Amino acid sequence: MATVDVDLPHVKDEDPHHHGPAKGIGRWLFTTNHKDIGSMYLIFSLCMFMIGGIMALIIRAELFQPGLQLVEPNFFNQMTTMHGLIMVFGAVMPAFVGLANWMIPMQIGAPDMALPRMNNWSFWILPFAFLILLSSLFMPGGAPNFGWTFYAPLSTTYAPESVTFFIFGVHIMGASSIMGAINIIATILNMRAPGMTLMKMPLFVWTWLITAFLLIAVMPVLAGVVTMMLMDIHFGTSFFNAAGGGDPVLFQHVFWFFGHPEVYIMILPAFGIVSEIIPTFARKRLFGYSSMVYAVASIALLSFVVWAHHMFTVGMPLVGEVFFMFATMLIAVPTGVKVFNWIATMFRGSMTFETPMLFAIAFVVLFTIGGFSGLMLAIAPADFQYHDTYFVVAHFHYVLVPGAIFSIMAATYYWLPKWTGHQLNETMGKFHFWLSFVGVNITFFPMHFVGLAGMPRRIPDYALQFADFNSMASVGAFIFGFSQLVFIYNIIQNVRVGEKATAQVWEGANGLEWTLPSPAPYHTFSTPPKVD
Amino acid sequence: MQESVKTKRLVVRLAASAVLMFGFGFALVPLYEVFCDITGLNGKNFTQGPAAITAVDRSRTVKVQFVTVNPAEMPWEFKPTERTMRVFPGEDKVTAFYAKNPTPEWMVAQAVPSVTPSEAAQYLHKVNCFCFDRQPLDAGADTEMPLVFVVDPELPKHITTITLSYALYDLTEKDHQQVTLRSQDNDKGRASL
Amino acid sequence: MSKALFLALSLIASPAWADWQLNMNEGVTALSREIFDLHMLIFWICVAIGVVVFGVMFYSIFKHRKSRGAVAEHWHENTTVEVIWTVVPFVILVGMAVPATATLIDMYDTSEADVDIQITGYQWKWRYQYLDEDIDFFSNLSTPREEIVNASAKNANYLLEVDNPLVIPANKKVRFLITANDVIHSWWVPHFAVKKDAIPGFINESWVNVEEPGVYRGQCTELCGKDHGFMPVVVEVKSEADYAKWVADQKAMKLAMAGEASKEFSMDDLIAKGEGVYNTACAGCHQPNGQGIPGAFPAITGSAIATGAIDAHIDIIVNGKAGTAMQAFKEQLSAVDIAAVVTYQRNALGNSVGDMVQPSAIQK
Repeated sequence: MATVDVDLPHVKDEDPHHHGPAKGIGRWLFTTNHKDIGSMYLIFSLCMFMIGGIMALIIRAELFQPGLQLVEPNFFNQMTTMHGLIMVFGAVMPAFVGLANWMIPMQIGAPDMALPRMNNWSFWILPFAFLILLSSLFMPGGAPNFGWTFYAPLSTTYAPESVTFFIFGVHIMGASSIMGAINIIATILNMRAPGMTLMKMPLFVWTWLITAFLLIAVMPVLAGVVTMMLMDIHFGTSFFNAAGGGDPVLFQHVFWFFGHPEVYIMILPAFGIVSEIIPTFARKRLFGYSSMVYAVASIALLSFVVWAHHMFTVGMPLVGEVFFMFATMLIAVPTGVKVFNWIATMFRGSMTFETPMLFAIAFVVLFTIGGFSGLMLAIAPADFQYHDTYFVVAHFHYVLVPGAIFSIMAATYYWLPKWTGHQLNETMGKFHFWLSFVGVNITFFPMHFVGLAGMPRRIPDYALQFADFNSMASVGAFIFGFSQLVFIYNIIQNVRVGEKATAQVWEGANGLEWTLPSPAPYHTFSTPPKVD
Repeated sequence: MQESVKTKRLVVRLAASAVLMFGFGFALVPLYEVFCDITGLNGKNFTQGPAAITAVDRSRTVKVQFVTVNPAEMPWEFKPTERTMRVFPGEDKVTAFYAKNPTPEWMVAQAVPSVTPSEAAQYLHKVNCFCFDRQPLDAGADTEMPLVFVVDPELPKHITTITLSYALYDLTEKDHQQVTLRSQDNDKGRASL
Repeated sequence: MSKALFLALSLIASPAWADWQLNMNEGVTALSREIFDLHMLIFWICVAIGVVVFGVMFYSIFKHRKSRGAVAEHWHENTTVEVIWTVVPFVILVGMAVPATATLIDMYDTSEADVDIQITGYQWKWRYQYLDEDIDFFSNLSTPREEIVNASAKNANYLLEVDNPLVIPANKKVRFLITANDVIHSWWVPHFAVKKDAIPGFINESWVNVEEPGVYRGQCTELCGKDHGFMPVVVEVKSEADYAKWVADQKAMKLAMAGEASKEFSMDDLIAKGEGVYNTACAGCHQPNGQGIPGAFPAITGSAIATGAIDAHIDIIVNGKAGTAMQAFKEQLSAVDIAAVVTYQRNALGNSVGDMVQPSAIQK
């Protein structure tokens, strides 16, 4: 990332036309301010994280021992489905959008997002969509129970009534994401401060630019596939119904054409965050900036041609399996480049280990472990033994929890002082980190073992030989779950109290956002800064 | 301002891309079919109608197996009259499938074929198949439904067994909503809806 | 490999399940061993890469910290190094892709099989039809409900046992033709390294050649509804001679069952037999006490059908009810079983209608 000399000793809100924020609930309902909207996205995401987390604890409580103790199998299936949907669409994605909203304008020297009113809409339809989705828990037949991947015909012919509301909710979330993505691209391409060329942008901005293009490419395909479902269920079509000449496997192809880029949508901003944090705390510039940009672009491009690695057991002919195996393995190359570059940034730097850095380092290690299990899964013949077992569950939880979620926590701790003007309580931050680190590993590492030993996914009860590691995982889940109360406490406390934070906050921080006072004023960069 | 014009244009283009990708999602349906047709990847691209095959290859035999499946709620009896046939590639063969409607009502069924291994599908010519048409049966009636087929001599040598499966679906309700047509256009046993 | 070593290894890789099992089973076929070896190869390569990469990283965390007086150097490019760490991983991947592709090709073997078996996934059981014999049966979970609801201790094969296992001969190529009746299921036996999706309207194939007789257990591996976790796969691999005997026994049993269907049974016999049938085939939805699940599955206790005209009661079991989850059981249950379960439902579970039906009255 380019170092930036900004010719402003301290920025204060100089524009007489801007007032402070409005008062009362109206402020939040009608705001077009990127900071307000960013905060709303982040708070929403945190609430959804807790709800999805409670569902996870219900799952892990039932799986603590063999036998059915707490819930019926049909409700268990509702929990696994809703946990997945809420975490993917309600926690991870909105959190990244919230961070984008807060940080992108400040990082590129823009006063706000390109389309502030659409920005407000993009947020407010989300709570509406999730209200619909969550209310399905109370409908006759219960909530969606066909997995977050909702394969047909389980999700069409055999679905509960709530499937229609599920489809409606997905359409709304998709619209929110698409609008957000359009806004982000327009902002990044058109509103950078003079002198900030594309190759001088912070990496968080780059990863979001690429993620936004992915969103525009694939969220509409998701909308397409749920519309086809809707048509099969209510209008007598047979996209996925063999009776009418359709094909359930077509569903999987279209879904995963969306689904694979979707998982990169959930990780690329994380890469960006880590690429900001490590240089700050190593006091050394990010190693290989251009390769980092090209690596993210290659990962995004490759993500379009690997989708069928989620379908290795569906009955594909040899040629198809080989192609998707090779393409999937290839993604390890640019991903490896990124990991090496992060380490090279740390190498011969001068590191300190504040909370954001702890989360970032844990990300690099644990995401890489998730990457290794991903590489194993890519090996098609071996995948016949891994597919639909807990080995897959272990893999994607490693890349999503100590991957994406840790990066979101890292970003929160990193930028909170900028948002609130208060320094972090390092002791409490580290406490949250260590509890989470221990919890996450106790929960998900044993899942590799039970998966290899033969335990399938999405089952509420299991054979006796899987009991020991399952009880371990359940204990870990409760540790991890309750640790997040510390996170919430830390955030609330930081909003309320704390030592005054300087503009730069962290000794090694570079970037336009660190030239602004902490807390950042309601309106910033009304006049664009000059960037060398 | 220049910037807002640029922005507006960009936003329109991005929104148009989103709409295009929605269309692309739907286009994946025929694209998938075309792709499967050309490559035979989903085991459903049998050719239909008379095959322009002149020579019979008597240097090898291919085992052709017939399998039937009754999907949920289809009460008919449905089974092949011959389970296995050994055929010479290029030779026209005839077999039949037995079906009986044990219910007290007239019903209509549609057989949906599927072949494994999928590479073999394009070499299996169905000259005439009961799966081309809907099959009506009166209450309590039974019938033998014919299949005339030929295995293409171009079938790769490493394939020695082909299994042809039929899933028999109940289309009685759907049929009541439409005129029953005998349709040679029924593509891959697809019911027109 | 010497015979002794082989024996020792086969003990380690024995089909017995162990608690705290860390790794995949080597399995009992040549292909499963090939897959296991490939899995271990990739695993060790990942471990090696991890050791190197994390080693460098932890070294750096230890040495290059400000508290130790480290001063940051100021380089951030090095094209040579970047090229190296792009090319080297690529080469490693090619090294992995070669054995992986070879194993995949081995999996797609199309040589002619000795035995062909059609496997159909149902909600929530498997159906096995031997294409060259007149053998056709369903395979249901046989773990007693009391064990699942923690009313009694769980036996060693909890959730991995069935009433009628699939039986195949050892050292023969057995080909599976896999499809489904309703939703997508998936048939998996870890010791065979065979997993294939069962897709309604489509036929898939897989094959196995098992070297060691024994009992091998697996599960459904595609979410298929409520009892996805309760439809195990059990395969008994018998020596060629034992298999031939089993086939002959099946034929004899079928004749005997046909004979049974014309026998007259006492009410008590029917009820006793019916209880077993009910617990296997009905209790999953209608519950062991016949109360059903309100809103989802109707109760048998006091139901209009179970206490009303016996013909309608028989019909709904034989032909199911279209548009609902009530399957047609005529293929799954023999005439004797149906007569028994009808009699049981009408005279137990809180009902006391007092009538009964003989197998000869069941028309399928």
